[in-house]
Amino acid sequence: MPDALLLVSLVGLPFAAALIAGLLPSASRNLAAGLAGGVSLVCLALVWAAYPTVSAGGVLRAEFAWMPTLGLNMVLRIDGFAWLFTGLISGIGALVVLYARYYMSAEDPVPRFFSFLLAFMGAMTGVVISGNLIQLAFFWELTSLFSFLLIGYWHHSAAARDGARMALTITATGGLALFGGVLVLGHIVGSYDLDVVLASGDLIREHPLYLVALVLVLLGALTKSAQFPFHFWLPHAMAAPTPVSAYLHSATLVKAGVFLMARLWPVLSGTDEWFLLVGGAGLITMLMAAYIAIFQNDLKGLLAYSTISHLGLITLLLGLNSELALVAAVFHIMNHAAFKASLFMAAGIIDHETGTRDIRRLSGLNRSMPFTARLALVAAAAMAGVPLLNGFLSKEMFFAEALTAETQMHGLLNILPFAAMLASAFAVAYSLRFIHGAFFGPDPVDLPRKPHEPETWMRFPVEILVLTCIVVGILPAATVGPFLAVAVQSVLGENVPYYSLAVWHGFNLPLLMSVVALALGVALYMLLATRLRRGLDWPPLFRGLEARRIFDRVMVFLSWRMARRLELIFGTRRLQPQLRLIVGAGIIAGAAAIWAGGIGPGNLGASPVDPVLALVWVVGAACAIGAAWQAKFHRLAALILLGGAGLVVCVTFVWFSAPDLALTQLTVEVVTTVLLLLGLRWLPKRLPDAKGVAGGVEGGTEVMTLGRRIRDLALAVGAGGGLAALSYAVMVRTPPDLLALDFLARAYSEGGGTNAVNVILVDFRGFDTLGEIFVVAAVALTTFALLRRFRPAADSVEVPEQQRDQGDGAAGAVMTGNGEWRPGSDWLLLPFTLTRLLFPVMLVVAVFLLLRGHDLAGGGFAAGMVVAIAIILQYMIGGTDWTEDRLRLRPPLWLGGGLLIAAGTGLGAWLFGRPFMTSYFAYAELPLIGQVPTASALIFDIGVFMLVVGATLLMLVALAHQSVRAHRAAPPREKPPAMARRDPAPVAAAAGEG
Amino acid sequence: MELILSLGIGVLTGSGVWLLLRPRTFQVIIGLCLLSYAVNLFIFSTGGLRTGAAAILQRGEAGTLANYADPLPQALTLTAIVISFATTALLLVVLLASRGLTGTDHVDGRERDR
Repeated sequence: MPDALLLVSLVGLPFAAALIAGLLPSASRNLAAGLAGGVSLVCLALVWAAYPTVSAGGVLRAEFAWMPTLGLNMVLRIDGFAWLFTGLISGIGALVVLYARYYMSAEDPVPRFFSFLLAFMGAMTGVVISGNLIQLAFFWELTSLFSFLLIGYWHHSAAARDGARMALTITATGGLALFGGVLVLGHIVGSYDLDVVLASGDLIREHPLYLVALVLVLLGALTKSAQFPFHFWLPHAMAAPTPVSAYLHSATLVKAGVFLMARLWPVLSGTDEWFLLVGGAGLITMLMAAYIAIFQNDLKGLLAYSTISHLGLITLLLGLNSELALVAAVFHIMNHAAFKASLFMAAGIIDHETGTRDIRRLSGLNRSMPFTARLALVAAAAMAGVPLLNGFLSKEMFFAEALTAETQMHGLLNILPFAAMLASAFAVAYSLRFIHGAFFGPDPVDLPRKPHEPETWMRFPVEILVLTCIVVGILPAATVGPFLAVAVQSVLGENVPYYSLAVWHGFNLPLLMSVVALALGVALYMLLATRLRRGLDWPPLFRGLEARRIFDRVMVFLSWRMARRLELIFGTRRLQPQLRLIVGAGIIAGAAAIWAGGIGPGNLGASPVDPVLALVWVVGAACAIGAAWQAKFHRLAALILLGGAGLVVCVTFVWFSAPDLALTQLTVEVVTTVLLLLGLRWLPKRLPDAKGVAGGVEGGTEVMTLGRRIRDLALAVGAGGGLAALSYAVMVRTPPDLLALDFLARAYSEGGGTNAVNVILVDFRGFDTLGEIFVVAAVALTTFALLRRFRPAADSVEVPEQQRDQGDGAAGAVMTGNGEWRPGSDWLLLPFTLTRLLFPVMLVVAVFLLLRGHDLAGGGFAAGMVVAIAIILQYMIGGTDWTEDRLRLRPPLWLGGGLLIAAGTGLGAWLFGRPFMTSYFAYAELPLIGQVPTASALIFDIGVFMLVVGATLLMLVALAHQSVRAHRAAPPREKPPAMARRDPAPVAAAAGEG
Repeated sequence: MELILSLGIGVLTGSGVWLLLRPRTFQVIIGLCLLSYAVNLFIFSTGGLRTGAAAILQRGEAGTLANYADPLPQALTLTAIVISFATTALLLVVLLASRGLTGTDHVDGRERDR
């Protein structure tokens, strides 16, 4: 099998399977478990297939271009060390899946569980076989994310949510630091490729930025491996389902930290800083966590602290700056994975079959579940370091290292052997507590469930793991010897020291230390046994130092108190100050640019003033100022003035040779005005005198208001003056050619159209237009969704006065069946007839505009607007009911169809092997009509057209319907009018208010 | 001519900004519309003001800036017109919904504390 395929499937398969598992129905527990188990076994087979290469000292490597311009490639590589880890991940993964199949209750959404588990497996594999540091950091964060999801799987429980959040906060923050560290490393070395980095050890260690890189990388590694002072997230992660704990805390998540430290060991270690930081953290963690573990009353809590302690041991070994210690660390990583996974599973079995994990309530399970008891006993003995089990071997190596470690700081070294012995004694004590507390003593009383042996297959993974512990413990050299050698060699290269994996090394100091530690541990447990049985909430000496409480306090301070304070100082929830700041900042930025860069006179003289345009703009300016003046009390007037200003803009476009713009501006203007008119109906009445009186009573507010107005006026004048000066400065300079020339030159020859603007929109920059119409569609749908839930304010519900005037008793009005007045049938008769006549004409105009768009002014957008205007005109004059009786509009269909056509045209290019949105054109010769452009851009434009029709109608009709709805809902009469003829248009109602 | 247009842009901007800073939702919408006119005109004017330049190419001919209006600012402005239409519609509906929910047409959803 080619390397690349193997490597990609190793990472990709779990992710793909996660996706599939996530889509399975939530009751399909067996199917999801089968999928997960199958994938882990396939991965295990793949790992095995890589063994021949790896054992020969080779490296499997695959490289894919990612951002070649930056020298970044996706690199997957497996050397011996990564191979060992992939083996642990997929091997223990398969066992955990089998275990989880029986552990998880059928009521839980199990496929989701397996989906997360698989994704986590993929992310973890990604971490260990990444050959690029940035890629490694990426997968690293993915493991944080998926472990968050796994820990919070039972999201109905607050403990699970809090635990998951805490784990994510700590490990993802660490991941961020790691990313920073990786960037520094890349900066030092000049490459992110792992192989290059690993070959530059001396360069890194002697670089001035070494300490920065080291601290950042260690922040990542130590948070992940739950080392002091970041250890506290791990016990809270025990809220996860037990299979998750067994997986995350034995072979995977927390091992990622020690994996990274070992991976970068050749380049980062060997300095005093490394010894102090890594060794110090490991030493403190190992002792402290082992001590706390003794006093845990929860089986999983005990295992959690024991995990922290063992990780501390591994970290300490890595910190000793000795090759032999590294060998011991790698060996212990494997051993710990085996016995800790089996112990977690055993704890899960006890929990599953008895309903509790509280050591104080459990007792004498040896009789009801003898087989599980034996298995747990062996695994716990391995954890305690009893001879003939795997834990003993690596512990012996650790003791030997503690005795022989060398560094300049001798003071620390003197306490090392004693610390090692003490931690080992603690380990014996908590292992004894686990076994003795749960399995020995009198029969348990009053357990939630009657204890019994679990299903055979649930116990099977534990059996495999315990068997491993025994076999490795008895025959280390023959079983794990080769694997360990391969792993160690890939880290150390030629510097692999001599080590012996024998069980018996003769009577020496490490053996003596083991014996002392065993004796000490047993004595300690016997001393504490009765007190522990009574139960302590928290270990003595550490009562005030619960890290979780400190963490909570910090989080509250950071995310609540400090955030609130900063918000009070720097933030506001009021819109006006925000806008003021933005406008002010804009003015200052513009002024600063002019002040810094200077601004000279342009190279073009001003062209002579045309009196007609000047007059037009006098009107335009008057309209704008009038609109600003009247917008508060005379909304209708302001709206009309706004329309006037819009028309002036439109005239300007025509004047300066932009027919397309004028056309679009005109149609948009009409639709905007209608929209705003429809909205007027729902705004509160505001009369000038009411405000005047209120202001007059309190003189202070008036002064404040006046001050605010002067300030706003200054801002407005500043912004207006600034933009005027800026546009003048721009206009008196020769515009740069930029792309214009290119577009002009190619519009016909390559786009097949003579209207360059349209060709740019539908062809050259068609992708932009596609994005734009998606925005329009999104806006229309949002509008529609918002209006479905629209509840008008209380004072807008009544039928407005103006509408009533036209109803009750007015000339020609008729009374409907339920006593409601409706305008008579001859109401607005003349416009009504005219609009009906205009309707087909407008549709023809629209089609005309659409078809000629590519060559002449027009295009899908303007055409769509014209259709929308034609239809809304019928609504305005004929009324909602009348129009909808005769026209079946399906705006959503138009909208969706338009999007599909436009996007489909773009995708169509793929069928011809061209890039997305490539267009095609030709001129077809039709009899009578002549040359007709048949560009694929036309189809695209038809999509735009349909979308614009759909979106505009959706918005307008949704808004117009509000009036009808409120109408019917408002008066509490018996029934809504079933036969309302020509419902008075909402616009007519709205227009009256102002 | 340039002077007229730039003064026009200035007046539109000034009126728009003034309205944008007002407390009532309707004022803000009108202000936004005025401001978008000004900005659209500004973008358009960056291509230079050309009266009587042809906007449509002759068949089979590659155009130059000497004979034709600059199509690029026009295309940009066209997009800007469409997007400002969409945002105006969205703003209108959001403000209406806010008025329905809060009972006031103040931009902050509640009257200013006196």
